[in-house]
Amino acid sequence: MNTAPDRPLTRNIHRGAPHFDIAAYERADGYRAVRDTLGKTDPAAIVHMVTESGLTGCGGGGFPTGLKWQLMPSAAQRPGPRYFVVNADEMEPGTFKDRLLLEGDPHQMIEGIILSAYAVEANMSYIFIRGEYVTAIERLSTAIAEATAAGLLGENILGSGYNLSIQVHAGAGRYICGEETALLNSLEGHRAIPRAKPPFPQISGLWGCPTIVNNVETICNIPHIVRYGAAWYRSLGINGGVGTKIYGVSGRVNHPGAFELPMGTTLHDMIEHHAGGMKTGYELRAVLPGGASTAFLPGDQLDVSMTAQAMAAHGTRLGTGTAIVLDDHTCPVGFIANLQQFFARESCGWCAPCRDGLPWVERILKSIEAGTGMIDDLDTLAEMTGNLGPGRTFCALAPGAMASLQSGLRYFSAEFTRHIETRACAWT
Amino acid sequence: MSIVEAQPALDPTERAEIRNLIGHYPTARAAAIDALKLVQQRRRYIGDNLLAEIAHLLGLPAAELDGLATFYNLIYRKPVGQTVILLCDSITCWITGRDHLAQHIERRIGIKPGETSADGRFTLLPIVCLGHCDHAPAMMANDVLHGNVDPATLDAMFDATPLP
Ligand SMILES: Cc1cc2nc3c(=O)[nH]c(=O)nc-3n(C[C@H](O)[C@H](O)[C@H](O)COP(=O)(O)O)c2cc1C
Ligand code: SF4
Ligand code: FES
Repeated sequence: MNTAPDRPLTRNIHRGAPHFDIAAYERADGYRAVRDTLGKTDPAAIVHMVTESGLTGCGGGGFPTGLKWQLMPSAAQRPGPRYFVVNADEMEPGTFKDRLLLEGDPHQMIEGIILSAYAVEANMSYIFIRGEYVTAIERLSTAIAEATAAGLLGENILGSGYNLSIQVHAGAGRYICGEETALLNSLEGHRAIPRAKPPFPQISGLWGCPTIVNNVETICNIPHIVRYGAAWYRSLGINGGVGTKIYGVSGRVNHPGAFELPMGTTLHDMIEHHAGGMKTGYELRAVLPGGASTAFLPGDQLDVSMTAQAMAAHGTRLGTGTAIVLDDHTCPVGFIANLQQFFARESCGWCAPCRDGLPWVERILKSIEAGTGMIDDLDTLAEMTGNLGPGRTFCALAPGAMASLQSGLRYFSAEFTRHIETRACAWT
Repeated sequence: MSIVEAQPALDPTERAEIRNLIGHYPTARAAAIDALKLVQQRRRYIGDNLLAEIAHLLGLPAAELDGLATFYNLIYRKPVGQTVILLCDSITCWITGRDHLAQHIERRIGIKPGETSADGRFTLLPIVCLGHCDHAPAMMANDVLHGNVDPATLDAMFDATPLP
């Protein structure tokens, strides 16, 4: 039971079996890291260990977690309330990894929060979870009650002198709430509009206090890093990756699903071996490797390993690590139009290029799909990918939207042109 | 133009629960979403008079609370049916045939996205990826998640739901 697991995040998650309550979780060595650490290890030592582990944020941005924590002033430098916020908003189309962790092992989430909040010296934590995740909300609430009854949350936890409360805050649905500063506005009871950065949340976050926002999966790694060490964590990765990652595949594959694999597993391995390959009669044309905000990888480049560095070298991003497969029975123009419909609807409306540009992009794509597009529309679309690209808008929503469009215009230019010339979609 | 009747005022229990929610946060307005959801859970939607009452309890102008309520997808400011069907329209569900499901819904109970059936049983709304893409197409019906949805799933639901 005490040997280091090679699939730490999902070690307690077994298909078809009930999730662990606190007793089962503790029998499986759970809360061991909390018991060994609180009041015994200096918070700064945990931050150091997380930095050494090479853990990077799993919410889509890939920022080094230890560095993010170091950028928060210490409690001695900056007395007053400090917050640790869990980003469980998971609304990136094609992404279903945090749900697995939240429903599958809620106590792992709670243990991760206790250790992370202790490391950054926060006494209050909010779990910002999308309102649709009703099962996860219920399980987290039960887990918090169980942990509180066991003295693992509340005042003077295990006699360590450390206090922590966790509150679950269920959102009311809007993709932009996942952007960390919009999330903070939403939590404060404002419209979810991103804030200007700097100041970063570590300096001025929730109610102006130092705040860390981390993704569910990022935090679930912490108990294991604390328990087994940074070197062990790094050794789990392959092909230049560190640790493990919850990858996933959806679309017309035989076994769509989420899989915990060594960070650095190739896209090909994931699709062919873990997702069972394409369904009979379908061929893979391209992949969005990490959710709707990542650029297409064409089908002949699947040998790339799923690390941030390798993905960047191929002109795309790791994103959330959950891949969406475009098959040969699906119209690429319709595929991209669907993505842009999502982004146009979910734009928060704060800055004009995104608010006005995305609906325009959506309209053009829908007209091309319907056979009423003009050849000039392709230039307009290409121009929009520049106007809404990185650095042109207030937050990363619009540049994320442009990733699939820009790469799609390049890889599927023949299909775009054919729709316009034949005034029809060959797939309908 | 259809006239929407005012809903009954908040009862003492609802008021007490909203005050309790406010106690969970450093500021009253942070409880706005929780309060709207609490009331909506019982009343199905937040009409103007309820909005004004909730705003008063939170110490916010009604227009400001309206700005919040309309910003978020899951707060309904207009009447909805007994069962709200949230049919995912994001990418993987689109690939796997969610448009055919929407057509089936229209054929069976005569509603398009955003509409409520004449008998008041169902409202159909599009929803962003439900994080159930490995079981696409997915939908939620009154807080219950369904995966691998096909016309038979929908028919079973239509046939089993009584008139309100
Ligand atoms: C439009 C938009 C939506 C986002 N949605 C999410 C989300 O649902 N969950 C998440 O963890 N991060 C999301 N992010 C990233 C967060 O802003 C932030 O980087 C992340 O929560 C930081 O945690 P990490 O460092 O642990 O990844 C989103 C970013 C943008 C721009
Ligand atoms: S880029 Fe879009 S989502 Fe981001 S702040 Fe501007 S309008 Fe809002
Ligand atoms: S795309 Fe429909 S559940 Fe994810």
